[in-house]
Amino acid sequence: MENRTIVKLENVSFKYDREWVVQDVNLDIQSGQFLGLVGPNGSGKSTLIKLMLGLVKPDHGSIHLFGQTLKNYQDWQEIGFVSQKANSFNSGFPATVIEVVKTGLVSRIGAFKFFNKKHKEKALEALRVVEMEEYAYSNIGELSGGQQQRVFIARALVSDPSLLILDEPTVGVDAKHVTEFYDLLGKLNQEQGITLLMVTHDIGTITEHATHVICMNKTVHFHGASEEYKEFSEEDLNQLYGHSVQQLTHNHTHHEVNHND
Amino acid sequence: MIESFLQYEFLQNAAITGILIGIVAPLLGVFIVVRRLSLIADALSHITLTGIAASLLIEKRVTTVNEWNPIYMGMAFSVFGAILIERLRKVYKHYEELAIPIILSGGIGVGVILISLADGFNTDLFSYLFGSVTAVSRDSMWTVLVITSIVILIVILFYKELFVLSFDEEHASVSGVNGRWIHLLFIVMVALVIASSMQVVGILLVSALMTLPVASAIRIAKSFKQTIGLSIAFGETSVLIGLISSYHLSVPPGGTIVVSAILILIMSILYKRVRAQQWIKGEA
Repeated sequence: MENRTIVKLENVSFKYDREWVVQDVNLDIQSGQFLGLVGPNGSGKSTLIKLMLGLVKPDHGSIHLFGQTLKNYQDWQEIGFVSQKANSFNSGFPATVIEVVKTGLVSRIGAFKFFNKKHKEKALEALRVVEMEEYAYSNIGELSGGQQQRVFIARALVSDPSLLILDEPTVGVDAKHVTEFYDLLGKLNQEQGITLLMVTHDIGTITEHATHVICMNKTVHFHGASEEYKEFSEEDLNQLYGHSVQQLTHNHTHHEVNHND
Repeated sequence: MIESFLQYEFLQNAAITGILIGIVAPLLGVFIVVRRLSLIADALSHITLTGIAASLLIEKRVTTVNEWNPIYMGMAFSVFGAILIERLRKVYKHYEELAIPIILSGGIGVGVILISLADGFNTDLFSYLFGSVTAVSRDSMWTVLVITSIVILIVILFYKELFVLSFDEEHASVSGVNGRWIHLLFIVMVALVIASSMQVVGILLVSALMTLPVASAIRIAKSFKQTIGLSIAFGETSVLIGLISSYHLSVPPGGTIVVSAILILIMSILYKRVRAQQWIKGEA
């Protein structure tokens, strides 16, 4: 697959009230990568995602998605988003799994058009990818946290996005299912060629699975291949986090990574 | 009953208006309930009263205006109130629900003053507060028919946008849905439906027709579409039972409609409970 820049941020800054949360971020995200976005609490990771998605507007700088300025960007079906809030939705909401997944097609279908049988097929297909097809007609609130998370990934996948953004998707998912979850992401990245950008706290696990790592604290401190990030010294990390962090020992299980550089 | 229905125009007006709002009030009610905006219906119904009062006062003081249908002024105030609530929600970002008591008490406060000035504490007012089977004019019935048709059409056209916005606002935004416009459109529809329902159910009980059938439906329904279907079925049943018993018992229909809706609610809660017990027994 040919590499191209799909997300480009230039000198992006953003402040909440008077405090700068994101400062002078320059970032270039290439297609085909699996990026882990890490950083301490309050380092602006989630805000950076919101900026990319146009959910908040930057105070400075410019953002391009797939070569278009964010303001003119229309092709939202190219981007799937699984938010941190996805597993804190109103669990009493009276909707079936398939109804929720179909909402992922809203941008693809466009205004004044209706859901039809083809869309139902697409939704079932997306549920098959996340192995949740048998729950299609269950009530969304009756599923476990891990199952709901898979449904939200199916919702993000149903519009065939080329970029999938996940904001701390493993929060509230038990440890046993986290491994399965990463396997699923690896499959999406390698088999379907979907570019992944995932915000996480779990530095140890993400460097095992991602091809690239972005480490930020208001601004980007590191952006490069995961292998290089592992070499990133403990001292540098401590400086970045402002306190001592336990470097997780990486138990290298070999897996193939799609290096495109 | 059927004989008098064919004979009296006022009964036809009330019945047809009742059937129409029995569809459209629970239809919008589903979106109101799942978005946790139930109290907005109350605030808007109270400001509708202010509009009615203003209309009564103008009719009384300005002699050139006679036989002015107060429903139009009620609608105008309700829509104005809806827009004001949206404004206030932005002013009090962290206390969005404050907008509701502000509009609700403001509406009643101004309403009481206007009613007093119009010497309006009489049977007319009573029928606006609790509904009436005799007060619906042919003119009002046509207005409600037009509003009902428009609302149903808009809900069908914007179904997926309304649904995605109700389930997950952030996702709606990432889907390119213009949440602000859809929400404004929605709340204006709510305002119009409240003003339409007022004559049959009464201002004080309008919100019940939007929320009680939905409260029953979400106990039973699995999907969102089912929730809509059941809500309308329950709403319509309450309206019909309520209107017929209101006519026979000579009590305001607002009371009988709400009591019917509450009986349905109790039945749906019991039904769910029995089902759950059966399920536990089946497992054991």
